[in-house]
Amino acid sequence: MAKAVLEALAARFPGDVYEPYEGVGGDDCIFVRKSEIASVCRFLKTEPALAFNMAPYITAVDYLGVEPRFEVVYNLLSTVHNHRLRLRVKVPEGDLELPSVTSVWRGADWFERYCFDMYGLKFRGHPDLRRLLMYDEFVGHPLRKDYPLRGRQPLVKEREIGDIFRGPGPAGRDG
Amino acid sequence: MATDSHGMGGRDPQATPGSFGAGEPARPFEGQHHARGYEGALDAPLKGRQMVVNLGPSHPAMHGVTRAVVALEGETIVEMKLDIGFLHRGFEKSCENVTWGQCFPYTDRLNYVSSILNNVGFALVVEKLCKMEVPLRARYLRVLTGELHRICDHLTLVAAMGLELGAMTVFLYGIEARDLIWDRLTEICGARLTSNYVRVGGVSRDCPDDWPAKVEQTLARVAELRETIDKLLTRNRIFMDRTRGTGVISREDALDFGFTGPCLRASGEPYDIRKAAPYLVYDQLDFDVPVGKNGDNFDRYLMRMEEMRQSDRIVRQCLRQMEPGDIVVQDFRYVLPPKPQVYGTIEGLMAHFKLVMEGIKVPAGEAYSYTEAANGELGFYAVSDGGGRAYKLGLRAPGWPMVAALPHMTKGALLADLVPTYDSINMIGGEVEQ
Repeated sequence: MAKAVLEALAARFPGDVYEPYEGVGGDDCIFVRKSEIASVCRFLKTEPALAFNMAPYITAVDYLGVEPRFEVVYNLLSTVHNHRLRLRVKVPEGDLELPSVTSVWRGADWFERYCFDMYGLKFRGHPDLRRLLMYDEFVGHPLRKDYPLRGRQPLVKEREIGDIFRGPGPAGRDG
Repeated sequence: MATDSHGMGGRDPQATPGSFGAGEPARPFEGQHHARGYEGALDAPLKGRQMVVNLGPSHPAMHGVTRAVVALEGETIVEMKLDIGFLHRGFEKSCENVTWGQCFPYTDRLNYVSSILNNVGFALVVEKLCKMEVPLRARYLRVLTGELHRICDHLTLVAAMGLELGAMTVFLYGIEARDLIWDRLTEICGARLTSNYVRVGGVSRDCPDDWPAKVEQTLARVAELRETIDKLLTRNRIFMDRTRGTGVISREDALDFGFTGPCLRASGEPYDIRKAAPYLVYDQLDFDVPVGKNGDNFDRYLMRMEEMRQSDRIVRQCLRQMEPGDIVVQDFRYVLPPKPQVYGTIEGLMAHFKLVMEGIKVPAGEAYSYTEAANGELGFYAVSDGGGRAYKLGLRAPGWPMVAALPHMTKGALLADLVPTYDSINMIGGEVEQ
């Protein structure tokens, strides 16, 4: 199974996937070119022989000082074939935009928001790309390696919210 | 109070806007008028503006501090938005700035009801990177204590679910059972909640001599309490009406949203990491994986009840199969040497100093390890640069996809159904908000 997945990918997307390798503990990993990640994921999900019907974990890493600086990691699972695969996508600092995979797996929604929140990566086509754990006024992206460990965030003005009795007030975040 | 000529009331100008009675006919005093004037009024649809209700961040019916903004049409949820992050402590950032060994107390605080399962999940990713083989007895102890904690986690869910649906007795029984298990765990690791029991390469302490017998006694009492809860809830009319057919999620949707663990199995997908990719000693243990059918709150509750029975079986098997032996690898690159060696030999002293000051040197590389925690797949994605600290430690919280899917699961449901749904997915703020 392990080799079959990587071979099927290489046959279908020549040039867009590269450097397949066996990770520590026997995990299958492969690099994917940034622009093709959504179509690769769609192929992995819809091809019956592969059937990666779930994306349990998507995260990002900041390799500060290495070019390209960021990397998005997609851990995929097929409960049909009981098989896992790890896709790695390199994202340069100059162009932080990459296609969203929320249209492939709806579960990717919050993971991509998390990556946006913590690393500032922008997922094109995401339905609601807001910060997830931090508040909207937060400055910077805390999991970047150059985000300082100590310091203070600027104070934030209290938000105006709509009055549920007297009709909507100034448009807030919740409409 | 103004009334019109028909005697069935008019608008009450005195009422506060938005309060009960505003814009509604004022109620007549006499019963007989009431019967005549209000014919069919009970069945008439209530036309009203959509109302936005803010549930939380701190609300008695919400677990932890989560804010749900719910748009209501009458009592029906039209739309819901979740606002999380009130409990964010920066787990990943903290772990990237301490040594590998110092991450264990942080993992305790993820799912604080079943901390040993988190400890094990984290230890496994480090051991995967180090390509380390852990002694057999340590593996048994990890499974044993982990399964005890799984029972605790499920007991908490069932107890809280009963409490929030009006069955306080169940809560008391559940918490008694949970604390009995925590007593046993205190004897082995010294803390009720934040166990910090597992180490890279093994576990911190062996169990006391009389401990296995005490665990069996405790399990017997816990089983008694569990069956009492079962009798109180499973065929209870009120409980069934509140949970059956509410918070339904189909198998396809559950997979699409990334559900794992009991919530996925309740929807009919028989995926359990303990069976699909056995780790530690799960391949040598005999246990069943319950699978549900409807994917509603009731099935998710039944999953927990059955899994507690299976964990009970696993613990008893571990107690029987476990043999004396090492509880930690004898490799001082990873494990602190015994104290006589630290104080008596220069090698022991150096190893101790290096481990405490610099941390374990984990070979450079990246790995993703996944274990079956009480709520589903607990994943750690670790990147090491060869130093004593994690370069990146990503956490895949088991409860995360379920919370993310909550707006989908409650759309079109009654506001009251939000409470059992929120219970049955078992959101733990500590792990979801990291």
